[in-house]
Amino acid sequence: MPDTAEQIAPAPLLSVENLKVHFAIRAGVFQRQVGEVKAVDGVSFSIGAGETLGLVGESGCGKSTTGLALMGLVRVAGGRIAMKGSQDVTSMRNVPRSHRRRMQIIFQDPFSSLNPRQRVRDIIRAPLDIHRIGTMEERRAEVAKLISLVGLRSDQADNFPHQFSGGQRQRIGIARALALKPDIIVCDEPVSALDVSVQAQILNLLADLQSELGLSYLFISHDLGVVEHISHQVAVMYLGKIVEIGPKKVIFSKPLHPYSELLLRSAPSHDPHHRHQFSAVSDDIPSATKKPSGCAFHTRCPLATDLCRRVEPQLETKAHGQSIACHHR
Amino acid sequence: MQDLALEKTMEPALAVSNLNVEILGENGAFPVVSEMSLSVNRGETVCIVGESGCGKSMTALSLLRLLPESARVASGSIKIHGEDFLAMDQRKMEDFRGDKIAMIFQEPLTALNPVLTIGEQISESVRQHRKLGKREAFARAVKCLELVQMPDPERRARQYPHELSGGMRQRAMIALALACEPKIIIADEPTTALDVTVQAQILGLISDLQKRLGTAQILITHDLGVVAEIADRVIVMYAGRPVEECSVYELFDNPLHPYTIGLMGAVPHRGEAEAAPRRLADIPGTVPPLWDLPKGCAFAPRCPGASSRCLEERPPFVEMKPGHFAACWEHDHA
Repeated sequence: MPDTAEQIAPAPLLSVENLKVHFAIRAGVFQRQVGEVKAVDGVSFSIGAGETLGLVGESGCGKSTTGLALMGLVRVAGGRIAMKGSQDVTSMRNVPRSHRRRMQIIFQDPFSSLNPRQRVRDIIRAPLDIHRIGTMEERRAEVAKLISLVGLRSDQADNFPHQFSGGQRQRIGIARALALKPDIIVCDEPVSALDVSVQAQILNLLADLQSELGLSYLFISHDLGVVEHISHQVAVMYLGKIVEIGPKKVIFSKPLHPYSELLLRSAPSHDPHHRHQFSAVSDDIPSATKKPSGCAFHTRCPLATDLCRRVEPQLETKAHGQSIACHHR
Repeated sequence: MQDLALEKTMEPALAVSNLNVEILGENGAFPVVSEMSLSVNRGETVCIVGESGCGKSMTALSLLRLLPESARVASGSIKIHGEDFLAMDQRKMEDFRGDKIAMIFQEPLTALNPVLTIGEQISESVRQHRKLGKREAFARAVKCLELVQMPDPERRARQYPHELSGGMRQRAMIALALACEPKIIIADEPTTALDVTVQAQILGLISDLQKRLGTAQILITHDLGVVAEIADRVIVMYAGRPVEECSVYELFDNPLHPYTIGLMGAVPHRGEAEAAPRRLADIPGTVPPLWDLPKGCAFAPRCPGASSRCLEERPPFVEMKPGHFAACWEHDHA
């Protein structure tokens, strides 16, 4: 329980301000830089303890890059990443391990994110070895605990990744992420590669772990149903920017940004009695390399005016804790 | 004589009966599709739904005689407009394929030829089946691209697949499949590789086209949301076998098979925003490997209501209610 002083001004566990990640576009024989993709272009959000922020958007919107930037797996071009109780590490060349321990990641593809030549117990122990936590004996005991925590059998500890199904492999990845007792786990499309029956197992496991261990998640996904299910807060990204952010309930029941509306309108209904009348007409979907001027969504937006083509809207707070970047709402 | 004519028109566009497909493995053959029967009428969309490895894609490939070398149809029949497709010789089969029955694949980037323009690929298919000159065929290709609402079809026809976005590529592939106006379309996960806003457009396009052209469609998918949007009838497959078949309304209103019920509970639905997340009804365990199926019902080890009979004997696929088929001892009314 947070004490009263914190309740007045609760400092979030993680706060990200104006995060930027740029990739160079290189061409020609000498691979000269001919341009730049602003994959993440000034993204700000915060996550409280025990909370899940769902980050949704379509391919190429920069949601995964945001996750990788938090983990220090891509170079950050600007902005600030601060965790409560840690020093500001954004501009540091060598981030201290004590900081790294607090944030871990689960990847999308359980087939390529586990070393095929390592046994499961060694995969899960690796973070403990790297961070030199405990004696050999203690590490072994910890690994055994983690294996049962994520719902694997202890006799599977000596197996190799190929002996497991996709869902079980994702459990191994989760156990590895939990080994350092992190505060936050970045979940980068953790269930996208799984069948629905197995996806439900993993989503339930993540929910259980959150309530047991008080974890926070940054949950990155393109699947609106999954994001609605697991998140407390939701941020919608479009071409490197957050266009709408707020409490899940509000975003899913009363989205304000035209892009959020389009996303929700496009999701299948799961009810044959209430089918959508989807339009077959294609719209002009731009890419991050050729970002439109002004509001990046104006090429697809029914509300677009000349103002949208010229001036980029900034995130503004509206009622119900919802913030959107749109001139017309 | 009149009766015969009537019978001809009543015939389903595609009728599959008791299809068995097996894969020839190192340790002998094992079944990947067993006792699959289905029929699709003109203007009807049948969805085959199931999780990876349930045999839905193998069913689709066998319908076009496109099975990989390691697999073969062990028994059963596939009739296209009453003609036995499996018994046809190579020439006749090739005449049929593309002309009477065509396929839309999941991943247009691998299914389209990267070194031919979109227009060339469509005209190639047209000229295979129709006596048309190069120019006429190309004009036809542009017409097809217009049909799938490709913006600027004239220019797109001269572009290569890599120059198009994912959604445009899928439109191009649909145009390619429609080039000879086939009466039957098989679509294998046609929207799985697409973003949700593009998926909506392609689903809109597919149902639009069907209304206009009256094709018989089989759509393979793992996504119950897509099924709810587009299907008339649904077949649910599990471990190579159909376990439930009924109208789409019946499936969502009164699912009978425990696997179908499990699948429905496992999907996080849009529009149930609650303060506390609901626990999803997961299905414990995993799909059994096809080379080592349990003796009784293949779903029994994961089924909440499995009895000793389920573990011993495989339930037959029978009509439980008019038009509603399922394979489950629990619902055996006999």
